[in-house]
Amino acid sequence: MSEAILKVSGLTKNFGGIKAIDNVDLDIRPGEIVALIGPNGAGKTTFFNCLTGIYTPSAGDIRLCNPKSGLKTKLNGMKPNKITEKGMARTFQNIRLFPTMSVLENVMIGRHCRTKAFILGAIFRNPATRREEEEIIEMSYDILKKIGLHKEVNEEARNLSYGAQRRLEIGRALATEPFLLLLDEPAAGMNPKETEALVRLIRQICSEGHSILLIEHDMKLVMSLSDRIFVMDYGKKIAQGTPEEVRSNPAVIKAYLGEEVDA
Amino acid sequence: MDYFIELFFGGLTRGSIYALIALGYTMVYGIIGLINFAHGEIYMIGAFTSFIVATVLSIYGFPVLAIVVIAGLAAAVWSASYGFTIEKLAYRPLRKAPRLAPLISAIGMSIFLQNYVLLAQTSDFLPFPALIPEFAFMEPVAHIVGSSDLVILVTTALVMIGLTFLIKFTKIGKAMRATAQDKTMAVLVGINVDRVISATFIIGSALAAIGGLLIASHIGQINFYIGFIAGIKAFTAAVLGGIGSIPGAVLGSLVLGLTESFATGYVSSDYEDVFAFSLLVLILIFKPSGLLGKAETKKV
Amino acid sequence: MFPLKELKRSALIALWFAFLTFPIMVIKVDPIERTVEWRWDNMFFIALGSFVISILSKVYLIRKERRAGRKKGNRSITEPFMQRILREPRFLYPLSLAVLVFALSFPYLFSTYQTNIMTTALMYVVLGLGLNIVVGVAGLLDLGYVAFYAVGAYSYALLNMHFNMGFWAVLPIGGLFAAFLGILLGFPVLRLRGDYLAIVTLGFGEIIRLILENWNDFSQGPSGIANIARPGFFGMDMSFAGGITYIYYLVVGLVIVTIFVVNRLQNSRLGRAWLALREDEIACQAMGIDKTKTKLVAFSLGAFWAGLVGVIFAAKTTFVNPASFTFLESAIILSIVVLGGMGSIVGVIFGALILILMPEYLRALSEYRMLAFGGILVVMMVFRPEGLISNVRRSYQFKKQSSGQASDRS
Ligand SMILES: Nc1ncnc2c1ncn2[C@@H]1O[C@H](COP(=O)(O)OP(=O)(O)OP(=O)(O)O)[C@@H](O)[C@H]1O
Ligand SMILES: [Mg+2]
Repeated sequence: MSEAILKVSGLTKNFGGIKAIDNVDLDIRPGEIVALIGPNGAGKTTFFNCLTGIYTPSAGDIRLCNPKSGLKTKLNGMKPNKITEKGMARTFQNIRLFPTMSVLENVMIGRHCRTKAFILGAIFRNPATRREEEEIIEMSYDILKKIGLHKEVNEEARNLSYGAQRRLEIGRALATEPFLLLLDEPAAGMNPKETEALVRLIRQICSEGHSILLIEHDMKLVMSLSDRIFVMDYGKKIAQGTPEEVRSNPAVIKAYLGEEVDA
Repeated sequence: MDYFIELFFGGLTRGSIYALIALGYTMVYGIIGLINFAHGEIYMIGAFTSFIVATVLSIYGFPVLAIVVIAGLAAAVWSASYGFTIEKLAYRPLRKAPRLAPLISAIGMSIFLQNYVLLAQTSDFLPFPALIPEFAFMEPVAHIVGSSDLVILVTTALVMIGLTFLIKFTKIGKAMRATAQDKTMAVLVGINVDRVISATFIIGSALAAIGGLLIASHIGQINFYIGFIAGIKAFTAAVLGGIGSIPGAVLGSLVLGLTESFATGYVSSDYEDVFAFSLLVLILIFKPSGLLGKAETKKV
Repeated sequence: MFPLKELKRSALIALWFAFLTFPIMVIKVDPIERTVEWRWDNMFFIALGSFVISILSKVYLIRKERRAGRKKGNRSITEPFMQRILREPRFLYPLSLAVLVFALSFPYLFSTYQTNIMTTALMYVVLGLGLNIVVGVAGLLDLGYVAFYAVGAYSYALLNMHFNMGFWAVLPIGGLFAAFLGILLGFPVLRLRGDYLAIVTLGFGEIIRLILENWNDFSQGPSGIANIARPGFFGMDMSFAGGITYIYYLVVGLVIVTIFVVNRLQNSRLGRAWLALREDEIACQAMGIDKTKTKLVAFSLGAFWAGLVGVIFAAKTTFVNPASFTFLESAIILSIVVLGGMGSIVGVIFGALILILMPEYLRALSEYRMLAFGGILVVMMVFRPEGLISNVRRSYQFKKQSSGQASDRS
């Protein structure tokens, strides 16, 4: 079995008195789709925020390992933009697109950390800058085709439907060339047809060499998509394993008391 | 030693005035998260209103006590009306706008009000009638602490006690605290948030007006520009104490008043305002949550 | 038609404003002579004025609502006329050419006095464009912009006085010096939240002015520095009028360069990052944009332009003192950006010309100038936050099927 690309150990986050995350371990191996589930307020989004540097963890260790170069980095205390540069990108539960920028520009922003042009390049538009700009546009357009938004290139992001905005967030994150993609409730607010398309998209992204960690409440999606599942409740990890193992785990059933956990 | 005590009381007096203005900033910020840039102008209008009313009454030969009471009431009523109106006109329509929009609107309002008073009245400094008599019992210490210092300190203390009561025990006070904590929840439990916001502006403005009256009679002159500097300083005090926190505003004001008083007394009076501004810049950089404020973590 | 209920409401509003403005508008006391003047006519005008304004603004809001209701169906068809002109090169290029020819022949068509006023207006165009990078594009509310302007002006005044340095040598120095100060200030303060940033920059602006006012040995205090050399032209001596024309062309040149540079910056990787930063900082960081660095660049680029104009200002007036660099100056430049339309180059140009030229030509109005600036800021925020001309986003065209052949137009 190959080495984990993300290894989290003992992660803890306190907000004043509340332990939003309490000593959580998690690991992801190359090519996997891993789900993080748990009831509302379990601390899943907070977990993402700690991984991506938006919150500073109170304790614990986060290590990222680039599967291609084998480069290992400790992410604790790093700025969010540096973490993205290292190859981990995310989407947000409450959509955070750039609302008045066009669909294409939203994706182009994702290319920012993989390109270089600066003040002088912008002013003088030397050949290298022009080439880079063309590449940005080209690649962003390709991503839009992949997520099925290439007909809305110049539309403002805020005018898109809810489902389309969620896909655009995925596209924007993909533009940063992550090897690990974190999706926070990508199917929230989608109708069954959109969800189906999303499942296909996630599978495709995974097959193209991106590993995926996703938070989701839609159990059908989670059970059908994930290789492994981690379950959180009240900040603690209460279970982990394959979908079958998790489905039959008594602790999980108890945590979801009342909510059905059937696929 | 006398000099030290003189500076100390001078600082307390200054601080009290700052506190009366800073409360308005902090209360408004606590509830709608806006730096009400025009608040200094409310204070200036309070000073002008009391100046106009007091002068008219004294020309018509009213007794001093009546003048003080009527001028104080007029200042409070009109300043509160201005505060109420400004919120409705310039801030309420922008409640859902991006964060900078109401701030720009507030800056515009501040410039507008300054020039409104400048054009309607005058740009000259106007002599403010001496409303506070020299008390006989203060005679022995008059060279260190003046009667007006005493009046300012006592009035401020009384106002603070009143405000604490209002916020702790009255219905509107409780509604204000609830709204400051969580606006959505406040709406859900049936609090009329619009009314709470209006009330906040009214109370804050009235306090600023009292500050305006006190400082004007203490210093003895006013002009249309006094609100700008006083406003910035009171804001500094509010930030120093932790913006949004009422005890913080008072504490911050006293600290700022004392700092200024000692710095100008022992160092140089040329750079009085530089001290205040530098203090503001330093606090915001090193401790943006202030002395008593809570650090804000943005929820993502 | 206009409902009676609204008339009643407007009448009440009029009554309220009559009450509100009563002490300040109606009573005027003379504390020395001990006389009171009752100006009841003012109360009448206020009541009438607020009645009319209240009705007009209601009408505006009703129409705006109707328009918004209609607009839902066909968004693209109702593109404003101005925007279409700006978007289409076949309109834009001839128009720009005409404006350029007019600008170049201005000193020949009008008097020296007019040219001088126009020079001032154009300086504000550059200041507006510089602040536009900071406020309009990157969304950083800088209320101390005038400090950088002052740094430029005093750089030239002092270097000229002490070392006899010439205009052309100091021009870049003044700009770079301001930019450097921008970086120095920006480092600690750009981490602050938007509204705190506004207050800190304001404080900084005031600190600079107070230092210039009080540090006599350094800046000669409130009396300022006089007899600053005008810009030379290869050592040629120029008449007074010639000097003014020369500075005029210099500023026109600077305006052109600024427009060119700002336009290119806005349509670049950096410009996109600024816009994104304005819309959502957290998302920006999560997309790999270095927040501090990107902001710092915007901040110091804006400062650079203020520094350049500062040098020109000192050279043009041959005299600087701290009174030229008050907070109100920052507020004027901010009004230019807000009125014109945040982020829009053409908008800022219009904003500067309107706000600077109007009070010059309507002398009667100049007394009300600051009142108008304040009012404009409020009214624009409430009714038209996008400004006179909203920013035109670049649109991209792709040929069908072939992703490799991307072409775009601005
Ligand atoms: N910035 C913050 N300050 C204080 N408490 C916070 C903050 N962010 C999150 N919390 C708390 O941490 C806990 C976990 O929240 P989190 O958003 O991570 O839950 P979640 O598992 O994502 O829930 P959901 O499924 O509803 O999205 C909650 O109790 C929340 O109130
Ligand atoms: Mg969540």
